[in-house]
Formats: sequence, structure tokens, C-alpha cells
Amino acid sequence: MYQYDQIDQQLVAERVVQYRDQTRRFLAGELSEDDFKPVRLQNGLYLQRYAPMLRVAIPYGLLSSRQLRKLAHIARTWDRGYAHFSTRQNLQFNWPKLEDVPDILAELATVQMHAIQTSGNCVRNITADHFAGVASDEIVDTLVWCEVLRQWSTFHPEFAYLPRKFKIAFNGSEADRAATFLHDIGLHATRDASGAVGFRVIVGGGMGRTPIIGHVIREFLPWPHLLTYLEAILRVYNRYGRRDNLYRARIKILVKARTPECFRDEVEKEWAYLKDGPATLTAAEIERVEARFTRPSYDALPGDDAGYRTRLGLDRAFAAWAKRNVHSHKMPGYAAVTLSLKKTGEAPGDATAGQMDAVATLAERYSFGEVRVSHEQNLILADVRQSDLHALWHEAKPLGFATPNVGLLTNIICCPGGDFCSLANAKSIPVAEAIQRRFDRLDYLHDIGELDLNISGCMNSCGHHHVGHIGILGVDKNGDEWYQISIGGNQGLARPGAPAAFGKVIGPSFARADVPDVIERLIEVYLERRDSEAERFIDVVWRIGIEPFKERIYGTDHQRAQRRERSLAIA
Amino acid sequence: MALIIKERSVASDPWLLLDSADDGGLPLLPPAGDVIVPLALWRTERDTLRRRAERIGVWLDSHEDPALIAEDLPLFGLVAVNFPKFTDGRGYSIARLLRDRYGYRGELRAIGDVQRDQLFYLARCGFNAFALRAGEDPRAALSAFGDFSEAYQNSVEQPLPLFRRRELS
Repeated sequence: MYQYDQIDQQLVAERVVQYRDQTRRFLAGELSEDDFKPVRLQNGLYLQRYAPMLRVAIPYGLLSSRQLRKLAHIARTWDRGYAHFSTRQNLQFNWPKLEDVPDILAELATVQMHAIQTSGNCVRNITADHFAGVASDEIVDTLVWCEVLRQWSTFHPEFAYLPRKFKIAFNGSEADRAATFLHDIGLHATRDASGAVGFRVIVGGGMGRTPIIGHVIREFLPWPHLLTYLEAILRVYNRYGRRDNLYRARIKILVKARTPECFRDEVEKEWAYLKDGPATLTAAEIERVEARFTRPSYDALPGDDAGYRTRLGLDRAFAAWAKRNVHSHKMPGYAAVTLSLKKTGEAPGDATAGQMDAVATLAERYSFGEVRVSHEQNLILADVRQSDLHALWHEAKPLGFATPNVGLLTNIICCPGGDFCSLANAKSIPVAEAIQRRFDRLDYLHDIGELDLNISGCMNSCGHHHVGHIGILGVDKNGDEWYQISIGGNQGLARPGAPAAFGKVIGPSFARADVPDVIERLIEVYLERRDSEAERFIDVVWRIGIEPFKERIYGTDHQRAQRRERSLAIA
Repeated sequence: MALIIKERSVASDPWLLLDSADDGGLPLLPPAGDVIVPLALWRTERDTLRRRAERIGVWLDSHEDPALIAEDLPLFGLVAVNFPKFTDGRGYSIARLLRDRYGYRGELRAIGDVQRDQLFYLARCGFNAFALRAGEDPRAALSAFGDFSEAYQNSVEQPLPLFRRRELS
């Protein structure tokens, strides 16, 4: 964990004072709603369907047990006893009162947390691979770089009123677990032949209503230039990004309009002025930030734990959990563990105050007091001794965190949807639950194997439906809630080097009650057509195309044409 | 005379800001006085304007390129940047370019939808004068400059980022 120094703490405290005064002026009628809105958004406060929503930053997904207990305390004191972990390593409180938010921010500041720039048209919370620093396939530990960017982006004076929100994601491993091709800027930390760190810079990716895969505009940016290069990108975007149309204002639209090559040339031209300037990073600064991270004091272990291996052979349920929820670790004898927040019947990503306290306790007992938050809306204990895994599993089960479904169909990424969000066209949580119930049989679920199923309640795609192997999108048809289904999407994390891809819509949308049946029939096609258990759903879609799946759902081309003719004849 | 904020105190403003005419055409020049003219007027009436006895200022709208006045900066007593809406952040980059790239050292004034809650960032980007939106009290707004006591990034006000100042101390 990064530990604030006196200046970090002071800035967060000053933000609380500033926002308390802004809230006071708003409530006193001195600040209009229009003038207050961007200000409160940059402190994470939305006015939602039923109540305000406060989004708290969990920078690059790292939490201490002390911070998690504080979040639980806030949920109990100012909310309804629970909170929601979002797909962007943030935590959302759904029921705070607007006038209480300054007090909540003050509480957060006592544990080095904040809600700064978690919304608004500014540089948002930096997200990262949830296994940063522990992954066995890691090339560069990105935590230090993420913190450098957190500080740089915090209160950046030039980029607080961009055309639109701006999201940066960091990844430093072979596999891309941060969806870097789907962000305004994606950064791959890597090394050159001499071992020096640099960054592959990807610009202009994103989901939403215009999904675009990002473009690499620099293969290797030596690390000292990280900030000046980002400033060049942001300056070009700030000056030339569209401001006349909310839906055309993201950087992806600018990059597309200018072509990635021309955009890159403009950035390079701007960068020529900034390069080697005062914002050029120094080795001393990187060392200073690194020194403020507490790192786990690992025991030197010889290798895989023999007792763990034995238990895997003896206990089938434990082995099933370990297969899905335990991940390899760079340190011999250690493992990372996903605590699933995707138990059937629970809204994906939701956690009660009691659960948060319980995870804090598990973290203290088994993982150096630290927790990670993943963009798949699960919690992770990143540094568990293999010899402790069985005991941890036993403790996690009664708490509801041991659902062995990570990477499987029921590990659904799902936005809050129409139950909470004022943007949503349709509810998403009940759809997730109905699908989880349909696929509740563990043997069946494990037989289906790896499958990402993502649900968004509207085109803003907070539930990442575009990149689900199966994606479900809530749409509005004359005031009714319908669901469009796509297949073949991929967020780029499953296999090292696999590109991100967007799913293709299989056809007309469905009523909510029909969605589980449709999913089941898609799975039937997959199970019939796979050449072995090793071939995943997504591999089969890519191999045979979407037509066989369409046929199963809607009939053959011939049948579809006949239906069209009949309906035309009736009309 | 209207009140503005200049160098962090309230001052009366001797300048007359000329907006475009109602039909979008160029405004008429008053016979005398310090005037801030739109960029278009400067570009068409440059010679007439230079013959005036009083000072000349120019204002850029948020979509206008500061490179267009880079050569002329020594001729101006003031440069202003308009914020059509306070959420239009292009003026922040314009200010940085005028200061950092084109070396402008004179009065740089934020005009238009300028409010208290944006003053801190505006000042860091190089504005040293602020004509607040009608209805805003410049005296009450002065405290905004002290909203934060430190900043991570380099800026016009603070040319070295925090990490370099740390390394020097």
C-alpha cells in the first residue's frame, strides 16, 4: 500500500474543506444547480434515480483492511448498510444524503481515501491489473507508476474541464487484465532489450455507444517521459475534442476523425515542446514513491506447498474452488485468491458492511492486511500462503465469498442498472440473478468452462457488455425493457496477447423472462460444437461464426425469411 | 468602473471590452480609451489600432488559436481569454501556451463565465486577472486562491513540479 505523506494528506483535507464550503453555498442558494453540478461530480457525487450516489476512488484497486473497515462504517452510518464495487475500481454508496457528503469525505480522509475526480469531465481514477505486483506473468510492477499518475492527475489545473471524462488504465503483464485497449489511454508497462522500463501507449479505445478498440500511438515511451507525453495527448484532446455533442466528445471520436496517424503526429508535435521539460520524471522521484509503498514481507518458501497439493487431491469441492478462484503468484509458495462477490441472489459487486468487515479480517489473517478490487467486481487477497488456502476457504464459505465461479458464466459483470441508475433503459440485476439461478448446478457450470457474461442496463455500457463472450444490453422499446444479446466479445485478458474484440448482436431483442432460455440455447450450441473441453465458448464462436447460434435461437435463414413474409402478408 | 481581480486583489478596471456587434460583425471602435478587441478586429484593423494613443488589448474566444497572436504579444497591454461556459476548459490550455510557449508576461485575464470555484486552477495556468461573471462578488472570491496550499504538477505559477522541488530541498 502507498502511504500518504504530509502533503498528500493535506491536499485531501483541503479538498474536504473546499467541498464543505461548496455544499454550504449550494444549500444556501448561493451556488446554482448548474454551477454546483461539475463541482460535486468532481467529488464523486451524482444525483441518481432515488437518491444521490457517492463514488469513492480505490486508486488502482488497492485497499487496506483499515480502509475497508472505514467503508463498512460509512455504509452503516450514512447509507443502508451496503455498498457496490463498480467495474472501475471504485466503491459506490447508493443512499447518502447530499448534506452528509462533506462529513463522509472527512471520514475517508482519515484513512487516506477520497472521491476526487471519480466523476466529471476530468482524468478519472487510474485503474490497473488487479494482480499488479504479484502476477506470475508480470513484466513490470505498475503500482509505483499508477501512484505517480494518481498524483499527477489529482487537481491537474489544465485538464479539469475536458470535453468529456477521461479514463487511464495500466497493465504490466503478459495478459491484459486492465482492458487497456478499451480506455481513453491504455498503458502497457514493458522493458526494452536493456531491461529499462517504458510504456506502450494506446489511445482512443472505449465502449459506450461507439465502441472502438484503441490504437497504439507509441510502442515504447521511455519512463522519464510518461507525464510529458500524457500532457501532450491531453492538451491536444482538450483543445480539439468536440464539445458540441455529448456523444461525440470522447477522445476516441477525435482520434477516429483525425485518423490515429494524424492524431499521433499532433501529439508528437505538442510533445516536442514539453519533452525534457520540468515534468520529466526522475529516478529519485520513482524511488521516493516506491519507498512509500509498504510491501508484503514474504517468507522464503521453497515452492509449492505439499499439504496444499495433497488437499487438492482429497477434497473435490476445495479443488473446484482452487481451480477457479486461486491464481498463481510470483513468489514461491504463495497464491492470489479471488473472493467472489457473485453469489447467486446477490447483486454482482454488492457487499454489506458486515461482509466488508469480514473481508478485512480475512485480509489481516491471511494476506498482510491488504485487499484488491477487480474490474470484474470481485475482491482479491493477493498474498496468501498456499498452506493457508484450505483454512481461508473454510472461513470464506460461510461468509458467501467462496462461490467457485471466477472466469465462469455466473461471474457476471453487471452494472447497477434500472434499480438504481437514472441513465439505465432496463434493469440488469434481476437478469443476472435469473441467469445465475438457471446455471446454479456447479458440475454443469464447470463443464461449460471459461465464459465472460456481461450485462449493461444501457448503451453507456458500464457492465462492459461489448466485451462479454456473451453480452446483454438493456434497451427501451416504447417504454418496455428488452434485452439485446451479442456474442464473440473479448476484453483481451483471457489469453496473453489476445486482442480485445466487440461482440456481434445475434438478432432482435428479448423480453426479460426469455433471457435465461436464450443463454441456455447458446450454451447448447457451444457444447455440441466444441471439439474438446479445452475449446472455450469464445473459441467456438470465433471458429464457426455466429450463424449457428442465430439459427438455434431464431431459426435458419429460410425460416426467418418465411416469418418475415408471413408478417408482411398480415400487415 | 467595474471591479476585477488583479494579482489577487480587487481593482477597478480601466479597460473597455468590445464584443462582436449584434449581427456578429466587427464592433465599432470608441474614439478614445483602453480597449480589448476581438481577435478578428485585431486581424483586420491592426494598423488603425496601433495608431491609437491608448493601450490595446485583444481577447481570444475558446476556439481561437493563440499562435495567431504569438508574434504580436509585445504590442498588447492585456490579453484576455473568454470562457463561454465555465465547463469549456480550452482556455486553460490557451493560457498555458501563451505563458509557457509564447512567453507572454503581461496581464492575462479570464473573461466570460468566470466564477470563484475555478480561480485556483485558472491562476495556476497563468491567469493573473479575472473579470468575474456578473453577480459574482470579487471580494468574496479572493479566498479561492488559497483553496490548496500545494500542488503536484508544474504550472505557470510554479514552474517546478512538487517532486523536483522536493529534490532541491
